[in-house]
Amino acid sequence: MKYIELIHNNPAAWQALSQAERDEHNRDADDFLERLVESGELVGGAVVLAHPSNAKTVRVRDGVPAVTDGPFAEGKEHLAGYYVLECESMERATEIATQNPSARYFAVEVRPIMHWGGADL
Amino acid sequence: MTVHAEVEDLLRGLAPQVLGVLVRRYGRFDVCEDAVQEALLAAAVQWPEQAVPENPRAWLLTVASRRVADELRSDRARRRREEAAMSRLPSDALVAPAPGDEHLPGKDDTLTLFFLCAHPALSPASQVALTLRAVGGISTAEVARAFLVPEATIAQRISRGKHSIKASGIPFSLPAQSERAERLRVVLQVLYLIFNEGYTASSGPELQRSELTAEAIRLTRELRRLLSEDGEVAGLLALMLLTEARRTARTRPDGSLVPLAEQDRSLWDQELIREGLTLVTDALTRKALGPYQLQAAIAAVHAEAARAEDTDWPQILGLYELLERISPNPMVTLNRAVAVAMVRGPQAGLRLLETLDDDERVADHHRLHAVRAHLLEMAGDHGAARESYAAAARRTLSLTEQRYLEARAARLVDEQWTSDSAGERS
Repeated sequence: MKYIELIHNNPAAWQALSQAERDEHNRDADDFLERLVESGELVGGAVVLAHPSNAKTVRVRDGVPAVTDGPFAEGKEHLAGYYVLECESMERATEIATQNPSARYFAVEVRPIMHWGGADL
Repeated sequence: MTVHAEVEDLLRGLAPQVLGVLVRRYGRFDVCEDAVQEALLAAAVQWPEQAVPENPRAWLLTVASRRVADELRSDRARRRREEAAMSRLPSDALVAPAPGDEHLPGKDDTLTLFFLCAHPALSPASQVALTLRAVGGISTAEVARAFLVPEATIAQRISRGKHSIKASGIPFSLPAQSERAERLRVVLQVLYLIFNEGYTASSGPELQRSELTAEAIRLTRELRRLLSEDGEVAGLLALMLLTEARRTARTRPDGSLVPLAEQDRSLWDQELIREGLTLVTDALTRKALGPYQLQAAIAAVHAEAARAEDTDWPQILGLYELLERISPNPMVTLNRAVAVAMVRGPQAGLRLLETLDDDERVADHHRLHAVRAHLLEMAGDHGAARESYAAAARRTLSLTEQRYLEARAARLVDEQWTSDSAGERS
């Protein structure tokens, strides 16, 4: 089963951490990803997104595109990064999320990824 | 068959034999397995261009042995730099054949490899990757393509698998008689996983995965050649063949799924069906009964029906009852409920489904909702059927299934609308 783990954070809360805390988080995040590579469970992503102020959101209505500044979701929290796993079960995917240092300060959302396979009906 | 395909077939067949000889000669499964892969790659490039050597097995053995010797020597040199004591070992002590290592080429070694790669100390993902590579002779890149994951991921699963084998000190020998049955169960499970991974892929981006079903069938045939007396090995092979026979009928050109009852049975592969039927009939009459044989027998009853309405449902129900007795599991109960509905009517099937509502293993599973939806539709309760189809569509992780379930629900809405408006008119 493939899962995506989405890291939601709050840029203000990140800035509010002490430098020592941010250093520790970054070190732990590197270790965390290295362990996932070693276990053969990381299959994609490990993407860190730029600050939401760099985002543009695109909508097309009646064929007319409109581009606005800023991320789609309004509010303080935003999508900060993600990675794709292949592992045995939702339980294992959740266990991995608990080891992500971002879960200590922010939140990690675990979502199954759909596939094209189908059992016999 | 092209020259490349012929060479590939030849190489895949020889891979486990060559690996077996090397492991007997040098120990070090991890090093030998890498060496065989390198020799296979070299052969895959050279043979189609030049010519297939007169003795292909000997060619592979020579090339792979050289790689192992190089590797062990450089290993040793590394250690020598670290520990001077190691240098006292004569340089040929590691490459000279151990006495009596060539006496049983092929048969036992391949069987030992099946057991080794499916050792319970390995994770299922490692068991699958290592079986395909070490027994199947398939490259890491090919395994990665078939499983739609990066090559590095598969490489990591293989090296972790090898590490577990090394760390647990698992010997290169057949498991003791007392653990044979349990260990064989894992081997069969690995082969079944490989088959299923290929079979449930239906279309589009996963089309190339049909190679996995072919590979699973090839490996299971090989295992059956080695264990011809085992009923479950025969049962698994029969189940694969009878399932594979329906492959072209189970999807439409756009990739959408066709339920068994609506399949064009003229598309079923009669040759695979004949082979599967012979295997399962023989196994059921002569061997100890097991779950793969029973599942194959159920597939056989479907295969024997010329039209969906000719299906011998009472016999299928009997087989599911037997299957549930020897390997009780809520998924089997779910399938039995379909058979109950076909024999005794949808209400009886729905009553059986109710017993699963408190079973946390399936209560939230999309299959329970999908089966309930079908039985409610059969019973004429279209409102409730629609709700169950929608519940199943929300839970499934397969896009193909989701589209099918949404279409079934939409069809009931359309029908209801048509009959409502007809009612208004009268």
